[in-house]
Amino acid sequence: MSTRLATGGRLIDRGVRKSFTFNGRRLIGHEGDTLASALLANDQMLVGRSFKYHRPRGIVAAGPEEPNALMNLGRDDRLEPNQRATTTELFDGLEAASQNHWPSLEFDVGVVNNALARFLPAGFYYKTFIHPRAFWKHVFEPIIRQSAGLGKAPKSRDADHYEQAYAFCDVLIIGGGVAGLQAALTAGEAGKSVILLEQNAHWGGRAPVDGDMLEGETAEEWIKSALDALATMKNVTLRNRCTGAGVYDHGYVLANERVADHTPGDGRPKQRLWRIRAGHIVTATGAIERPLSFAGNDIPGVMLAASLRDYVVNFGVSLGDRTVVVTNNDDAYLTAFALIEAGLSVPAILDARAQAGEAVLARAKAMGIRVEQGRAIAKVKGGKRVTGVQICLQAGEGAPIEEIACDAVAMSGGWSPVVHLWSHCGGKLNWSDHLSAFLPDLARPPLGQDGSAMVTPVGAALGVYLADDIIAATKAALSGQALVEDYAAKAPAIPPVWVMPQGAPIQLRSKMWLDYQNDVKVSDVQLAAREGFESVEHAKRYTTLGMATDQGKLSNINGLAVLSKALNADIPQVGTTTFRPPYTPVTIGALAGEARGEIFQPLRRTPMHGWHEANGAYMEPVGLWRRPYCFPRGSETHEEAVIREVNNTRENLGLLDASTLGKIIVKGPDAGRFLDMLYTNMMSNLPVGKCRYGLMCNEQGFLSDDGVVARIAEDTWLCHTTSGGADRIHGWMEDWLQCEWWDWKVYTANVTEQYAQVAVVGPKARKLLEKLGGMDVSAEALPFMQWADGVLAGFPVRVFRISFSGELSYEIAIPASHGAAFWEMLHREGAEFGAMPYGTEGLHVMRAEKGFIMIGDETDGTVIPQDLGLSWAISKKKADFLGKRGQERKHLADPDRWQLVGLETLDGSVIPDGSYAVADGTNENGQKNTEGRVTSTYYSPTLKRGIAMGLIKHGPARMGQTVAFNKVDGSTVQAKIVDAVFYDKEGAKQNV
Amino acid sequence: MSDPVSALGGQSFDGFAKVSEIGPVGMISLRCKLAEKPLAAALKGIGLGLPDTRRILHKEGRSAGWMSPDELLIILPYAEVGDALASLSKSLANVHHLAVDVSDARAVFRIEGAKSAQVLAKLSPVDIGAMAEGELRRTRAAQVAAAFWAQEGGFTLVCFRSVAGYVMGLLSASAKPGSELV
Repeated sequence: MSTRLATGGRLIDRGVRKSFTFNGRRLIGHEGDTLASALLANDQMLVGRSFKYHRPRGIVAAGPEEPNALMNLGRDDRLEPNQRATTTELFDGLEAASQNHWPSLEFDVGVVNNALARFLPAGFYYKTFIHPRAFWKHVFEPIIRQSAGLGKAPKSRDADHYEQAYAFCDVLIIGGGVAGLQAALTAGEAGKSVILLEQNAHWGGRAPVDGDMLEGETAEEWIKSALDALATMKNVTLRNRCTGAGVYDHGYVLANERVADHTPGDGRPKQRLWRIRAGHIVTATGAIERPLSFAGNDIPGVMLAASLRDYVVNFGVSLGDRTVVVTNNDDAYLTAFALIEAGLSVPAILDARAQAGEAVLARAKAMGIRVEQGRAIAKVKGGKRVTGVQICLQAGEGAPIEEIACDAVAMSGGWSPVVHLWSHCGGKLNWSDHLSAFLPDLARPPLGQDGSAMVTPVGAALGVYLADDIIAATKAALSGQALVEDYAAKAPAIPPVWVMPQGAPIQLRSKMWLDYQNDVKVSDVQLAAREGFESVEHAKRYTTLGMATDQGKLSNINGLAVLSKALNADIPQVGTTTFRPPYTPVTIGALAGEARGEIFQPLRRTPMHGWHEANGAYMEPVGLWRRPYCFPRGSETHEEAVIREVNNTRENLGLLDASTLGKIIVKGPDAGRFLDMLYTNMMSNLPVGKCRYGLMCNEQGFLSDDGVVARIAEDTWLCHTTSGGADRIHGWMEDWLQCEWWDWKVYTANVTEQYAQVAVVGPKARKLLEKLGGMDVSAEALPFMQWADGVLAGFPVRVFRISFSGELSYEIAIPASHGAAFWEMLHREGAEFGAMPYGTEGLHVMRAEKGFIMIGDETDGTVIPQDLGLSWAISKKKADFLGKRGQERKHLADPDRWQLVGLETLDGSVIPDGSYAVADGTNENGQKNTEGRVTSTYYSPTLKRGIAMGLIKHGPARMGQTVAFNKVDGSTVQAKIVDAVFYDKEGAKQNV
Repeated sequence: MSDPVSALGGQSFDGFAKVSEIGPVGMISLRCKLAEKPLAAALKGIGLGLPDTRRILHKEGRSAGWMSPDELLIILPYAEVGDALASLSKSLANVHHLAVDVSDARAVFRIEGAKSAQVLAKLSPVDIGAMAEGELRRTRAAQVAAAFWAQEGGFTLVCFRSVAGYVMGLLSASAKPGSELV
């Protein structure tokens, strides 16, 4: 059983107890524990069930590579699935629950899959569930998802907040072990601005656990001196609990800082995503120990040797009283020594090699540890925990020689340098036969913008394993010197042991786990190879090797080694799968950062926005603006409100907040010429003081925007654009001016937000303005389609006599800082004339009654002005304008194009939005032919019936004919083709 | 006539730095080739000079910021915009230019306190520590356009008026006590 030792534990404070629960059971740990060490201290060796076979699983590692101990952490609005117990710092009140078990962790019915394992081989899903096709979606997938889920998805809004931050430095060092600290010292002393990141709360990596001596000091002493020295350097920033997650082009790095994961609810951001731009990146990311592939290597109690040592030294926790060590390298012997020094028993070290290193052999002998060379584990005995191991010859086929009772197994298959961050941006790897590992190839680094190496790997991440070498090589690398020694070759050799024993039969190979999290075995990879999956990328997807949340940190090298053997190819030939960011999972919360709730996205508000909200407006999004759709009163529905607003505007006085309307000033000697190119009609001949409606097309000829242009002065025009089009059209203008017509003397300014704009609309509009006083707004002084500057009720205004409703209408622009006051004043003073605000829906209805088009309704990027009966707005005189040549193309000049008409349903109903006019026959896909579609459709309060506009084939030539429009229920509605102007065709009302 | 009201009416937030919306502030967008000879005199006429590339120049309550190779931002008291526009128009009468009042199109914030740079470091991809004396930085604050410069123990930030509420939300969230970067 696993337990807390009486002494030891360099990272824990035995004086401080932390209470937590696991699957509802209350347990106690200490300050400094991880959730994993605290679970082991409480003899909780079984922590989860495997994904596919529901096998009992225990903690295998002590770091971010842990595949098994994934927990649901917290509850409700702080529930987080798939959290690794090994990287979760213990805090008081922590709630953890194991995943993927049903009904309970101890008794799981899914384990039946285990018995059926030989029926669930690699590619099982692909082979089994492919027929009948429809079954996958409706039968197989739901059942598989039910039984094979990992964590629970949170259902509540996250109670925590997250943020992002930008940082810049000359040198970014990822990893705060000895190599990283030394890199920071060297770069810091050279005066570089340095950021040093460490994923754990503690600095120094595993050197203290391994008892390294560094430059004559113990590891603990050396780390302390290094940290002291770094603390005095103002140019060096240290950040722990911060994982370098991804390396991208041009020295861009994402790092995830776990600010308050261990202090939930203290008000700090839970996590912070750092977006760092570094002049140079140093990866001091260490190495990860590999498991050995022997039968039963997934039974709780089997752990990576160095991790087992971590638990003893760092946390004072033992996995068992009797630990058998099995290894192919010298490093694992340190675990045996640490166990003996902690007073525990090591019945045997099984070394797969014929000859162990002399130094460790001598020390083992001196400590009285039995070492068996050339030996292997044939199989681990036990179910939910280890009870013993059967020993065999590594060279043989697994015939048991002896059985040793034990309750833990420490395994080491060698080390894999963490080359992920080196590889993210294109760093290449070489296979080292000496270390049986992929190492960064310094001759093929990821390149920065100047073509030089962007990343420098140091320490174990480069295959430099010996403590003194790490310091020397790191100093040299950070000083820009080439490495003089082949440090990787200096380290003791690690011979390949990919399968244990090497001749294991299928019974054993089908119990050797490569990928713990996705339940992939040696036999699965071999089967994939036999079935022709020769590419490592294909084999990965077929078997799911390395596709779990741990992304194969433990399994990839072992898996591809097994694959290469099965293919009878060398490992470098088989190659690796691609290393992609992030190195460890980054929560969506951190990626979203501050963008949630009120600041999820920018909300644009007009100066009158507050009034609208206070007056019950129902708002709708228009781009990033929010505009009132209508202003319901009392128990009115939105439809009723719109009808009232339209009727009141037509009969009395309506007020519209039109501030969102785009307003662009265009000035200069060439401004007229410029606008003649942009608009389809002439703007250069517009007299000062007058307004003209204009259309803008893109080069292809399609209608892009429309609006009223006012000539302000001899060399100045004011172009109104649609609300959603202001920024786009301003950019469009600047594009032409900067890139094409750069020698034209034209300047533009987007003054959309400088002005609040109010449409004062209705037969009583003039009465209100005359009451306000300050300027002459009579029909004589300010006729239709003119504008004037002046004063109204003391406000400085520019008044445009333009109408989008068909009524007498003044659009009044006023500096935004006065917008709210002006708007309120209009309501106050207009009350006696029946003034009411109206919203965008009322605006739409009234313009549709007048047959005015709306960009985005009548247009969709495929419509040209000629389709909309707007040929009158296309200059025949101009030699050129944007879109002219496009419109001459055959398809756009085709007389069969659908054209705009009005539509009146015979029964008075409203045609459904998006409806198509159905024609005879079917097309080649068996669909009904169509001859048109609705573009705008409303109930007209003025005409008290449904009206619509639509594009109909040969529409204008078919006045009076009826066409059928489809409805959602499958039936059709008959509509008569009529003129698109339903109301006041002569335009008498707006011109009074 | 009413008194001009800034976008947020002077809202403020006290976090690890103090964030306040200020204004109304007078602003003129001046577009003109910066090499035009009469420009220097025109700027002198409104009490300012020509700022260096990417710099902002402050003189007695007025500022001139370099926005692009053919655009300056003139900052001055709100009430003085009309006179300044008239002065510019007169001095630049023979030069192709565009001078336009944008006072009401903008919102202005002050971020003050020893840690004010940290508030901006969470929102803008700017190496604030490397900013030169008098540097004006056109950038973004999270999802919207913004410009800022260091001034009087803090920073002044300008954005569009319609997104003032969003920017206030950003600055307040960033200045939240407990979220200091160092």
